[in-house]
Amino acid sequence: MNLSFTEEQEILRKFARDFLTSKFPKKVLKELEETESGYSPEIWKEMADLGWMGLPFPEKYGGTGMTFLDLAVLLEEMGKACMPGPYFSTVVLGGLPILDIGTEAQKQEYLPQIAQGKSIFTLALTEPSGSYDAASIIAKAVPDGDGWVISGTKLFVPDAQVADYILCVARTDDKAKPEEGLTTFIVEAKQPGIGHTVLNAMSGKLCEVVCDGVKVPKENILGQLNQGWSGIKKAIDRAVVAKCCLTVGITQQVLDMTVEYAKERKQFDRPIGSFQIIQHYCADMLTDIEGMRLSAYHAAWKLSEGLSCAEEVAAARAWAVQAGERVIGLAHQIHGAIGVAMEYDLHYYTRSLKACELSFGGADVYREIVAQEMGL
Amino acid sequence: MDFRLTEEQEKFRKEARDFLEGEKKQKLWEPSIDSWIMAYDPEFTKRVAAKGWIGLTWPKEYGGQGRCAFDRLILTEEILRYGAPAACHWFADRQIGGSILKYGTEQQKRELLPKIMKGEMYVGLGMSEPEAGCDLASLKTQATKKNDHYVINGQKTWTSGGKYMNYLYLLARTDPTVAKHQGLSEFIIPKDLAGITTSPIIDITGNEAWNEVFFENVHVPKECLIGKESNGWRQVMEQLAYERSGMERIMANYPVFEGIIQFVKETKRDGKPLCQDSVIRNKLAQLKIEFEVGRLFMYRVALVMDEGRAPEWEAAMSKAYATAFEQRLANTALEILGPYGQLAPHSKWTKLNGMAYHAYLSSKGYSLQAGTTEVLKNILALRKLGLPTG
Repeated sequence: MNLSFTEEQEILRKFARDFLTSKFPKKVLKELEETESGYSPEIWKEMADLGWMGLPFPEKYGGTGMTFLDLAVLLEEMGKACMPGPYFSTVVLGGLPILDIGTEAQKQEYLPQIAQGKSIFTLALTEPSGSYDAASIIAKAVPDGDGWVISGTKLFVPDAQVADYILCVARTDDKAKPEEGLTTFIVEAKQPGIGHTVLNAMSGKLCEVVCDGVKVPKENILGQLNQGWSGIKKAIDRAVVAKCCLTVGITQQVLDMTVEYAKERKQFDRPIGSFQIIQHYCADMLTDIEGMRLSAYHAAWKLSEGLSCAEEVAAARAWAVQAGERVIGLAHQIHGAIGVAMEYDLHYYTRSLKACELSFGGADVYREIVAQEMGL
Repeated sequence: MDFRLTEEQEKFRKEARDFLEGEKKQKLWEPSIDSWIMAYDPEFTKRVAAKGWIGLTWPKEYGGQGRCAFDRLILTEEILRYGAPAACHWFADRQIGGSILKYGTEQQKRELLPKIMKGEMYVGLGMSEPEAGCDLASLKTQATKKNDHYVINGQKTWTSGGKYMNYLYLLARTDPTVAKHQGLSEFIIPKDLAGITTSPIIDITGNEAWNEVFFENVHVPKECLIGKESNGWRQVMEQLAYERSGMERIMANYPVFEGIIQFVKETKRDGKPLCQDSVIRNKLAQLKIEFEVGRLFMYRVALVMDEGRAPEWEAAMSKAYATAFEQRLANTALEILGPYGQLAPHSKWTKLNGMAYHAYLSSKGYSLQAGTTEVLKNILALRKLGLPTG
């Protein structure tokens, strides 16, 4: 067993930290948050030139040929910088499922576009029910000549406002069992029949996407007709682990800021960090974050190695959700009133942490998966 | 990063399991909770010694196996999983041997290490005193040098080793004229020296695992001093890192976890198995998640040790975390058992052999031994995070 990062990963981490710190000062975060697109095309291009968009894709598709574990390191740093924009949507939700279950032609067409930073992807899975199970998907796709026509409302779709392509999950057989009648389509996002509304969300850009008779050629089916659920489940697993890695970075930055604040802020003529209660709060935060980091990387490693990992993914997620809330709660308590002021930076982390937790299922859902894996 | 064990380690785990399974089948002992600190069985210790499994990590030139800390962790994980009675050799194997190796003279290594490895030397730890708990450095037991020996006077308490200990590790004051941290020295002494008397402490479980030890003009040969005179505080801090490091910190009551999972599968309430109750599923899954996080903490500690570093903050974190986990585990088990949770081991009608009952009561001491949770959090805050002292 070895819990150290490789030299290559350490270089990636260091470089990413420096790059992201210089590109995303809080002033930029504020400006981007106020735009509808929520990202900077210039920085996006620079990130593509660095090879980040194609990081987990093989070189033959224009990628860097690195692993999901390497990606985990980058995601942690993106969390630490509170980086806005559609990276997670494009690479994790869009690119990796195509790499995973796409045809050779689909990989050759789409992955280089992603790697070069030319196309933004996202995944339209959830609907107004707000659930992540197969039965909750009722958007329909019906055969139409040589292709399919999709109709329905998708909700909580990240970054759809800037997406070039949407992986859209729709029901193609409503007589089969819920898991056996779903198909994923690669849909051009800017075609007629697709409408999006950016929702006023806590952090990041979430959209309603309404499909009204959207035409999709049959070669744009990703994976097997009616058998889309297994690919989606895997995509959710990857998304969840990626969110855990973002959460590790977010909470680490929160702890760093909090310790710094506790060293400087004086009350009763001494730094508040010299009070034992504050010290123990910080120790608790550290322990929660270290547990999060070990469990997140354990799951990321398993995914990266292609090992079965339902329990590790679920455990990492449940822990990250619970521990994240404890960490941010203590951070606010230690910061005192300044922590809730918009002029101070903590709110970026509070909001993005909570947003990480609220997509792709919470702690209860994943505890139940652990229970099943325990044979209960 | 690689979370796999090597093929050799998997083989070693299997070898340990086969050995313990065989012992269990022959009913050579009854599995128990807290077996590393409460279940004394010299015969078991000798059989473990015969396998070469005491002093596993010590250099071959002193008769050890020269294996890594991670291998030892695998062995201890299995011993605890089986609840095997390992208390006789536990302390010497975990920390005393390492102290002798690092600070002992060649003669001490040649004399003491083989005794430990043969399973003949059972060491009680004499650190705490009635007035020196968390503030260990304020201890009062004196060791006054006279010619070729030291004269010891004072009292230790919560000394582990029960009635089986035949050696004592002792932290005593050799120089009362300097600051409290600077005048301490470490000794390893035979327990049968004239002037040593012991009196058992019965703990909340009814067990006699601890003693008060009284020293009255005990003459200790100077060869019993470990390391440099008055360097004891530095030496003991490192030893404590090892004391906090092991799997026993999360697995002392592991048999309760397995037992309660079995119990909810087999027990029906309101006509359906308890394991189908969503509240119970949720609680046990939560424990499993917490257990696995704790296990990763422990593994990391072993990896740090294999880098040749004392696992200071890592062990402080894992021990503080894990002892709290054990308390939650025991409490959840009792909650699930309901009224049966009140029944002691060997009582009529008791469930899980009374292990949950015992674990609940004994777990209250876990977060106190070898550094209270508060002391451990101080270590994290001051030494890892660099927060200022008061």
